[in-house]
Amino acid sequence: MREQNKKAALQFKNVDFHYKNTEGKIPILKNLNFSVADGEFVSIIGASGSGKSTIFRLIVGLEALTSGSICLNEKAVDNRSGKVGYMPQQDLLMPWRTVQQNAALPLELKKENHLDRKTVKNLLEAFGLKGYENKYPHELSGGMRQRVSFLRATLSGSNVLLLDEPFSALDAMTKLYMQEWLLEQWEQQQSTILFITHDISEALFLSDRIFVITETPITALKEIEVPLERPRRQQDLDKKEVTELKNNLLEQFRTRV
Amino acid sequence: MKNYLYSIILITIFLFIWETGARFVHTSFILPAPTEIAMKLWELKVELLLYHLPVTLVIIAIGLGISLVLGIALAISMNISKTLEQAIYPILITSQTIPIIALAPIFVLWFGYSIWSKVIVTIIITFFPITVSTFDGFQSTSKELKELFQTLGATKRQLFFKLEVPSALPSFFSGLKVAVPMSVIGAAIGEWLGAQAGLGYFSRRMMTQFNGAGVFAPIVILSLIGILLFITVVLLEKNILKWRRF
Repeated sequence: MREQNKKAALQFKNVDFHYKNTEGKIPILKNLNFSVADGEFVSIIGASGSGKSTIFRLIVGLEALTSGSICLNEKAVDNRSGKVGYMPQQDLLMPWRTVQQNAALPLELKKENHLDRKTVKNLLEAFGLKGYENKYPHELSGGMRQRVSFLRATLSGSNVLLLDEPFSALDAMTKLYMQEWLLEQWEQQQSTILFITHDISEALFLSDRIFVITETPITALKEIEVPLERPRRQQDLDKKEVTELKNNLLEQFRTRV
Repeated sequence: MKNYLYSIILITIFLFIWETGARFVHTSFILPAPTEIAMKLWELKVELLLYHLPVTLVIIAIGLGISLVLGIALAISMNISKTLEQAIYPILITSQTIPIIALAPIFVLWFGYSIWSKVIVTIIITFFPITVSTFDGFQSTSKELKELFQTLGATKRQLFFKLEVPSALPSFFSGLKVAVPMSVIGAAIGEWLGAQAGLGYFSRRMMTQFNGAGVFAPIVILSLIGILLFITVVLLEKNILKWRRF
């Protein structure tokens, strides 16, 4: 396992959040606390509608906290837009922009144009997209589009990356390949990743820790350490302690359905 | 070119039937033969192309120009403000139910035989497809992409120019493709009702003289203008929206 310093990259401190609708307030988060260490890979799993995505929307600043605070690199940050890298469920590439232009969007919005060409070109190469710089998204495969989307998230310049079920639309083979690819990139970049998924095997393969959402409103996240060394291979998932953990988790979700 | 083969065959057959029919009926002031029209066109080429054509082209250019500015401005304002949308959109739709041809004489009363009576007719006919299609284009902007821009800390200005404008372009071009041939119709109607020059005016004058071929000759030029304008828009569209698979 890669060495982790004690610094926290992302913290929720006593966070309350509720949606408002005609019938009143619907509480989603109640006094929630959690912390993700710098360089850590953490997955969040939970049933659909359990509030996984709400946690992300709060972090990226699309929703406002009711109370409490969110800290990035141990500093409470109120306006978080542009401060974290976000990779959405669909790749959300703009069809009128080439691969290079899509990837460079965060730099362009921050007016860091001097970085554009060289950085992006080198990164595209590192991301296995060499020769595709000037192609349009519709000319790429699903896996490639997700890589561009991930590169764009990376170029937001933040050490914290939020990935919202990025591989859920890919076919099984591509998904396995992309998981391994993601781990490689994460190890190289030393970034902190928070990863939403509903695929338990995916969470076990990728993460240092898994946060399980057991109830809504969310008052606490159940934390599980994944008992695997790094680097990992897909067959590590067949180890006895991992399969037990997996069956445990499956059982938990089954009783809730 | 192969795509147009069948329409070319069809038009040739149509012209052939017209020609035979016209020769058989032999009343050229009602039904001039295509060859007669072609000869008339050749005969009048200097007068039509150098005198009447520029007058009509100026009307089309000014009319379309104002329509574009007005239409895009309206679309942008409706996109920015929900209140404006609710205020303007119904009026916009209603305005299209007014029979413009019936209204045109009023414009002649207001603006006389000046260029503006014709320009107004052109504007009224063309600004609607431009406004509505541009507005629909803005509205088609993906909500998810908007949120992505927000998470990247984009300003309102960046959101508009880098996301909303490119999203609106395909729809805008569809509207423009409808508006462009209509601008020719608008100009011709305007000239019909009151003018001292122009292709529409010339066609009407020939009618009063029972000169069938003379009525058709400027109409041929008018439809050629329409076709050329349309092709220009299509080429522009293909060039600007390169990323689309045409």
